[in-house]
Amino acid sequence: MSDIIRRDPRAEWIARNRLHPLHASLQTAQTSWMGPNGLIRKNPHAIGFIGPNGLKRIDRSGAQQGGSSKRSTAKAEVQLPLHVIEQPSFHIVVVPDMVGGRLSSHDKDLLGLANKLAGSEGAVVAVVFGEHKESAFDTAGVDRLLHIQGEAFDGYAPEQRVLALSAVDNQLTPRHWLIPDSRTGGGELGRRLAAKLGERPATRIWQVADGQCIGRAGAGREDLARRAPRLILAAAECADPVGDSRHEVRPVELQDQIAQCLPRIENLGAVAVNPALIPMAEAEFILSGGNGVQDWTQFHQAAEALGATEGASRVAVDDGFMPRDRQVGATGTWVTARVYMAVGISGAIQHLQGIGACDKVVAINMDPGCDMIKRADLSVIGDSAAILQALIERVTEFRQGGARDAA
Amino acid sequence: MPLNTLNIITLVSVGAHPMSGRARRAEQDARAVELGLRLAGERLRILHAGDPEEEALRAYLGMGLAEMTVLQQPPQADALPALSDYLRQAGAQLVLTGTQAETGEGSGMLPYLLAEQLGWPLVVGLAEVESVTDGVAQVLQALPRGQRRRLQVRLPFLASVDNAAPTARQSAFGPARRGQLQAQAVSVVEDVLFSEAQLQPARPRPKRLKVIKAKTGAERMKAATAKASGGGGQVLKDVSPEAGAEAILKLLTDEGVLR
Repeated sequence: MSDIIRRDPRAEWIARNRLHPLHASLQTAQTSWMGPNGLIRKNPHAIGFIGPNGLKRIDRSGAQQGGSSKRSTAKAEVQLPLHVIEQPSFHIVVVPDMVGGRLSSHDKDLLGLANKLAGSEGAVVAVVFGEHKESAFDTAGVDRLLHIQGEAFDGYAPEQRVLALSAVDNQLTPRHWLIPDSRTGGGELGRRLAAKLGERPATRIWQVADGQCIGRAGAGREDLARRAPRLILAAAECADPVGDSRHEVRPVELQDQIAQCLPRIENLGAVAVNPALIPMAEAEFILSGGNGVQDWTQFHQAAEALGATEGASRVAVDDGFMPRDRQVGATGTWVTARVYMAVGISGAIQHLQGIGACDKVVAINMDPGCDMIKRADLSVIGDSAAILQALIERVTEFRQGGARDAA
Repeated sequence: MPLNTLNIITLVSVGAHPMSGRARRAEQDARAVELGLRLAGERLRILHAGDPEEEALRAYLGMGLAEMTVLQQPPQADALPALSDYLRQAGAQLVLTGTQAETGEGSGMLPYLLAEQLGWPLVVGLAEVESVTDGVAQVLQALPRGQRRRLQVRLPFLASVDNAAPTARQSAFGPARRGQLQAQAVSVVEDVLFSEAQLQPARPRPKRLKVIKAKTGAERMKAATAKASGGGGQVLKDVSPEAGAEAILKLLTDEGVLR
């Protein structure tokens, strides 16, 4: 939509017609005018607009003017410039971790580094195994996407994945392999690939510049500076993620078949771990209760049914419902959960700081205007006891109905 | 097959204290020794490639072992060929290592390269060996965020141990003095890495700055004062508790946190 200001004849007609029911709403209150003596008169009551919390707000930047006669046009999405590599002279291959099916911040840093190494000639190829939920490969800086699917690659299959990657190595002969040196799979996969290809990798790299790379060595007391090898296992924040260009995520295919291997390591699936024993700072799924929880027995039941680690807001801890070491927030633990479920927590700023690193926040609350709802990705307004009860029933049903055996 | 008849070798290295840099037993290697002691007891063998005069090695003997084998090498030599030659004819069924060394390059590649050279499977992050039946071991692998995964792997195999393994017992002074260090001469292969790479004291990483791409002053002000907010989350208002629970369950299953 263009920014041309168009006249709305109907609105103008309503504004002229004092008998029209909408007349009052279309009157712009005059804020300043020339008085009879030539003085500029101002009406301070007409300035500003009523903010969401009912208080009058004045925005001096002129960006926001409630009740102004100018019709706002829908903000056009800013299209970043498209970066096209038609005939790449070389390839940089990135194998992102894809924790939970999405690019993690570590993956994005790595793609940023890959784009730095690729410059304007090379193409950045991302190799993704199995299903994914990522929709922003283009702004993350992926020129080519190699999506390898198949039953053999699902779950924990490092040996099969290494075979696939060595097939990629044969086809593209990339100038650099970039793999996250993380505990979520990248560190293991990268080292297995290095052993397979016979390349000596540079590990825990935090800076690559001018063909030299610097990485941590030993237990972190020393740095190792060397020429950048073909295989780089990079630490988090090794470079800035791509921010100002869009890339065509052109799909590529593997030409030759991936060799099948008989897996020597058989995956028997995840083991149920007692969630109460997982340190809260690294728990994946936290159920946190606050002032709005009335029935704490039911809250504990819900945590057990969901298999979630328990957390609490400061109020719940102060009132003695939860131990102090379960407190989430600025004075308690800063959590990094992938899913954080806040029951009856309105979201004090100290609490919101503590959950800043969480991916998805679910809020159950009575008050639709609280800060936690603004932060949450999914919020349900209602009585927490009833919702938790319904949730316990659903989860038990889900567990019994063909769910994985959590032995 | 009872666990205590397993032939286990643990590879150990000389660590460095994180603050003072003094030589000590390496944290993860000590955990590997602890795991080996719990599985094989007195029959555990430990192996080191390096200097047999090193005092810090005695800390491993102090955990309750009578002797250890040391493949004698100068500090800059490559430990890999010596270790793989030794392991090939040692008849071990399980070889335990730490994840990475505390001194030198510390790339963590050794278990991977050994597994590749020996042709054995490698289990990364071993937390516990549950059972061994008919030459097939059932083990627990430690995952990030305190999770565990059960794996089945055929003997012989290599396993690396990280901080999820049991904490190492204390080292006692007397047994550490009494223990024997058996030195073995091996052919020395020079490691080429340090001819082209330099070790330097670790520099603190540059802190990432929050870059604000704002064009107007108002936008900058907004970015500076913004609260942490996701913005545009889905709000379910006036729905029955069942419908709300359904929506939450859908999100939880999509995220894959229900296990």
